[in-house]
This record gives sequence, C-alpha cells and structure tokens, in this order.
Amino acid sequence: MDIEKVEKVVKKKRTKFPEKLIYEIADAAERHDLNDKELDELVKEIKKANQRAGVENGEAVGTVAAQSVGEPGTQMTMRTFHYAGVAELNVTLGLPRLIEIVDARKKISTPTMGIYFDEEYSADEEFVRKIANRIGKIILNDILKDFNVNYANMNLSIEIDEDKVNDKRLEYDEIIAKIEKAFKKVEIDKNLLSFEPTITDPKHAIRELRLLADKVRDLQISGVKNIGKVVIRKEGAEWAIHTEGSNLGAVLKMEGVDKTRTSTNDIHEVEKVLGVEAARNAIIHEAQSTMEEQGLTVDVRHIMLVADMMTADGKVKSIGRHGISGEKASVLARASFEETGKHLLRASIRGEVDHLTGIIENIIIGQPIPLGTGSVGVIMKEKK
Amino acid sequence: MKKDILKHKLVPDHTILSETEAKKVVKDLKVHPEQLPKIKVDDPVAKAIEAKPGDILQITRKSHTAGKFVTYRLVLE
Repeated sequence: MDIEKVEKVVKKKRTKFPEKLIYEIADAAERHDLNDKELDELVKEIKKANQRAGVENGEAVGTVAAQSVGEPGTQMTMRTFHYAGVAELNVTLGLPRLIEIVDARKKISTPTMGIYFDEEYSADEEFVRKIANRIGKIILNDILKDFNVNYANMNLSIEIDEDKVNDKRLEYDEIIAKIEKAFKKVEIDKNLLSFEPTITDPKHAIRELRLLADKVRDLQISGVKNIGKVVIRKEGAEWAIHTEGSNLGAVLKMEGVDKTRTSTNDIHEVEKVLGVEAARNAIIHEAQSTMEEQGLTVDVRHIMLVADMMTADGKVKSIGRHGISGEKASVLARASFEETGKHLLRASIRGEVDHLTGIIENIIIGQPIPLGTGSVGVIMKEKK
Repeated sequence: MKKDILKHKLVPDHTILSETEAKKVVKDLKVHPEQLPKIKVDDPVAKAIEAKPGDILQITRKSHTAGKFVTYRLVLE
C-alpha cells in the first residue's frame, strides 16, 4: 500500500503520526491486504493507542530519564579497561566511559577514531597502508638500522634502514628535510648521518650528548598531531583504520578519506568540526553503545533527552555542578545540590530572587510541587 | 571542505527558515524564539549554510523512534 494513502487517512482522522508509524501502518496494510474500511478502523485504533502511549503534560521526564539511565549504571562494572574490537587498541568502556560522556570532559582518557575510505580506495590495501603511515606517529627510531653514541669524538652516528623506510611507505627526501630542520649540526652522507651537540661546554658534554641522542631518536618524521598508534583492519570487503588519539579535522581533510563515515569518540571534537547537532548524535551514539556493550538496554528516548539538554545552549555542557544542575535559575535548587554555601553567599550579595517555579525549591519551603496535576494554575481573565 | 561536513552521517539537515516561515513556527509551537534550543553563529554547520544571528534553523533529524523528526534552533551570536 502506498504511503500517501495512509497519510490521507491519518489526516482525515485529524491526527499526526510520526513518519515511522505511517510506514509501519502501510506495511501492515500491505501484508494483511486491508481494504479502505479496515484501514480506516486500523488508523482509528492506532490513534487511540498512540495517544495513550504519549507522555502527559507535566510529567517528570527528566527524573524518569535519570533513573532509567542510573539504575543500569549500578550494574555496570566499576572498572573496565576492555579491548574493544581490535585487540591492540585500549578503549575506556563501562561506567568510567559513561561518566566521561555525561561530564562532557574536554580531555577524554582514550580518544580513538574510525577512519573509512571512499569507494574507489576502500579495497586498495596499498593506498590504505600509505594513508595509515601518514596518519600514525612514526619516530626516527622506528626506521634506524644502527645507532651509535661515540664518546671519543663526542658525536653520534646513525644509519637509516632503507627497507624500513620503504616498508613504511615514507619518502627519503622528506625524512632528511625534517632532520635538517630539527638539528643544525648534522652531516649527511646518504644513509649515514652524524650529529653533534650544539652546546659544547666541556663540563656538560656527556649529558648534552645523551640528551641529543634521545632527541634524535624521538624525532617525529610522520603523523598527524594528537594521533599515536594506528591499526589497519579489514572490515568485510573494505579496509579501515583505527587510531589511538584523535584529530577529526585534520583527517577529514585528507584525500580519499570517506567524509561521511569517518568519526571519533571525542564529543568535543565532533562539536568543533561538525557542530552541535552532530555532537548531540555523537552523545546518543556513544552512550547507547557503551550501555549495549555491557549488555544493558536503556530506551533511547531517555538518552535522547539527556543529549538534548546537554546541547540546548548551542554548545556541549555537562550535567552536574558546572553544567545543567549548576545553571538552574533557582538559588534554593542550586544550593540543595552542591556547594551550598557558595550559592547562598553569592545570591545574598547579588540580591537574587527565587520565583519558586521549580520542584526542589517548593519542596524546601513545603508547598505543593508544580508537577503532574500540580502544574495547573489559575489565571484570571482581565475584565475588558 | 566547508560544505563537506554537511554530508557527514552525524550531521542532520539544517535549513534557514524565511521570516514568514519562522513566524509560523513560533506561533505553532506557542513559544518565544528565545525559548527554542540555540545554535551558535560560529557553529561549523551554521557557518557552512551562512546563517545569521536571529535566524531560526529547521533541523530534520533521523530518529531511531520517529523515523524523521523536525526541530528548530535559534541562531545566536
């Protein structure tokens, strides 16, 4: 049965259904071969059921959401450092991860990216490996054949391993350019390089030489900022890269990278690169997959509410002291949450007024709370 | 690059409402524009579609529960 026909019947019944429900009705009508009269009856019944299922005005959806997320949270493992997906990558999961999401941490403990490629490159292993080496951090030590600290001549000599350079798909000239830029006193003879310390104070000569040795070994010759290890994995027919560390902005600019699927688990980075709406989606996705991974199911609607609240101001803010709870309009509500003294003191200095519109402040002063039937008031009509 | 982000799977459709559309939305929802959720002018998506402060953006989200869900955000400085 076509969608338009169902939509017409729904409209005739003076109601509005979500898109998904209309599709489901059309599907059911098709399956059971309903005639017009039966469809009419079906829509009528669904209208009733839909109204019954809806949240009533004045219901405490926030409290229900908090309990619905909180209760399964008690069953989560307190400390889990699982190795999700790839064995080599460590990703924070379980309760610590959930807390991280809800607190909107600026620095998350294990940022990671999933990088995918455009169709034309996704099966090209050579291309993916090349990109992986451009993204992943490679230091000079990774491509050395020989490393010698010569205390007699007070210099150090290294030999670059050509096989390793080729294996990592690096350009020899680029490496040399990087080395020349970083160190002034360097002599280059093809693969053999020798360094001398810039400070030649004889008192500290040995210390300087050792420091130089460390510096030479740790010189980064390839990689995107903030990204460490990379893991290349075949997922179905395509190749994908998973990283330790994350830099969405830089990776999305790379050629061949799929600009629709490549993503990160760092919500602040998603907000910075893709905007608040994307951050909202990322919060929902991260929170839900964290719960699911632990074998817990929470209705998405609760998580969606949390994500909506966290992004309502146009930026991601945390729940708790520095976020939603800490920005409440009522002094009494804030004071009853955390840092009581601070809030009462500030309110008295500024001469804040509490309009007693929320739940907590009304409980404190012993009045009926504005919730459910309590949320109805009386307004007098002005006489004209 | 600027427009590329609009195609990302995490980014829903954002459209700028005309003045008459915006008025109708505010009237239908029975709210003041300031009561709507906000989006900043320097938000990457707001920049990409060149929204100005005071505009109302219509956001068409893909929803797990409703299939498609339309919501609005007020553009702020």
